[in-house]
Amino acid sequence: MARTILPFGPQHPVLPEPLHLKLTIEDETVVEALPTLGYVHRGLEKLCEVRDFNQMIQIVERVCGICSCLHALCYCEGVEQIMGVEVPRRAKYLRTIWGELHRVHSHLLWLGLFADAFGFESLFMQFWRVRERIMDIMEATCGNRVVVSVNVIGGVRRDLTPEQCKWIEEQVAIAEKEIRQLSSTILNDYTVKKRCCGKGVLTKDQAYQLGAVGPMLRGSGWAQDARQTGYAAFGELGFEPIVEYDGDSYARSAVRFRETLQSLDIVRLAIARLPEGEIASKVKGKPQGETVTRVEQPRGELMYYLKADGSKHMDRVRIRTPTFANIPPLLAMLPGCELADVPVIVLSIDPCISCTER
Amino acid sequence: MFNMTKNVVANLFSKSSTRLYPIAVRGHFEGFRGTLHINIDECIFCRTCMIKCPSQCIAVDNKAGTWTCEAMSCVYCGVCVDVCPTGCLSMSKEHRPVATEKQTMAYQGVPKKKKKEAAE
Repeated sequence: MARTILPFGPQHPVLPEPLHLKLTIEDETVVEALPTLGYVHRGLEKLCEVRDFNQMIQIVERVCGICSCLHALCYCEGVEQIMGVEVPRRAKYLRTIWGELHRVHSHLLWLGLFADAFGFESLFMQFWRVRERIMDIMEATCGNRVVVSVNVIGGVRRDLTPEQCKWIEEQVAIAEKEIRQLSSTILNDYTVKKRCCGKGVLTKDQAYQLGAVGPMLRGSGWAQDARQTGYAAFGELGFEPIVEYDGDSYARSAVRFRETLQSLDIVRLAIARLPEGEIASKVKGKPQGETVTRVEQPRGELMYYLKADGSKHMDRVRIRTPTFANIPPLLAMLPGCELADVPVIVLSIDPCISCTER
Repeated sequence: MFNMTKNVVANLFSKSSTRLYPIAVRGHFEGFRGTLHINIDECIFCRTCMIKCPSQCIAVDNKAGTWTCEAMSCVYCGVCVDVCPTGCLSMSKEHRPVATEKQTMAYQGVPKKKKKEAAE
């Protein structure tokens, strides 16, 4: 049969960020997909040569707007490891709280965009309405909605008062109730299932071989999460990853939906166990050495390689974002699918292209 | 079907879920980093804010006694407020209004004289 090449993106109604896919199609079936990246490269890694290691915190936060807190957390943990700085326990718990709130708002954003990808506009608006409550918590406690800028090397910049903790618990309880109200629509609705079940299947072996991370990996039956390594306060709080076994778009959305509720539980637990004490330890000197740190971003495992030579500038900052790891599995999922399912499958990896290109 | 009827009835009698925007404006929370302010009389022109600023939007001239900030380049991280030794920098919770031209905050103060010059 005659083959046609169809460009998908970089400007496409379903894509929040520019990803170009060259789709080879036979009739309405995709037989091959080739990606092109590089539309939003900003050269943030190179900036470590002109900005000092403290200023880099604000720069790595801008790698990704949605998970800014976790980028800064990963960078700060790396520099602390190099310098041998002991972070106060309270700061670790506060980092966990803000990190998990970031995960909740990112997953709610994604669930909304996913609903939008298969044309369910009202569900999109409902998810984003709940998300606004989480953004309010962020604004009230950190001073900004998205790029919260609370992490510093040695701890955090802001503290939570007992009144704020109580208010967060109230807001989290309302948000949880509102999210649970939406569970029957995103998980049990006939139309939603028709668009997601069996679309973009990634088998357990494929997920392992192609190096999928995050909800992609857990949606295919692997119980692996960087939070198990016990960064921030996870070593004390304990953590069990959420796993689904079908490996299709529906399984991935179910993983993200259940993780949203799990993260709200972690926030509550961390607030309940929040220890008293300092929020930042004093840091003296300049870093010298190299390290690798990993944290779990909403999209998957984020990895930082840091190398410092004892000057005020870092020698090398290498960032590997989860979307970069999830593009090979995406290319394995696309062949064989129908053209109309491409937006759903592309969205199901939660693409963050600006992250990937840094 | 029955669920839907229940929702329709509930929606008819519940209050609006959106804000009537121009009449009801959402304020900001306490501690929101909205706008940067400087009390130029207290500034000692030490240039710490200029050195620490990650977006390098602040320029301080300690001889002429000027403090300028490119408001459009500022990322509102609040680092300058944290490091200011005299506490003359502060942030208010109201954000900058929409502008059609690039704005620069420029202040002229009195530079501190060196001990020798002051003695003369």
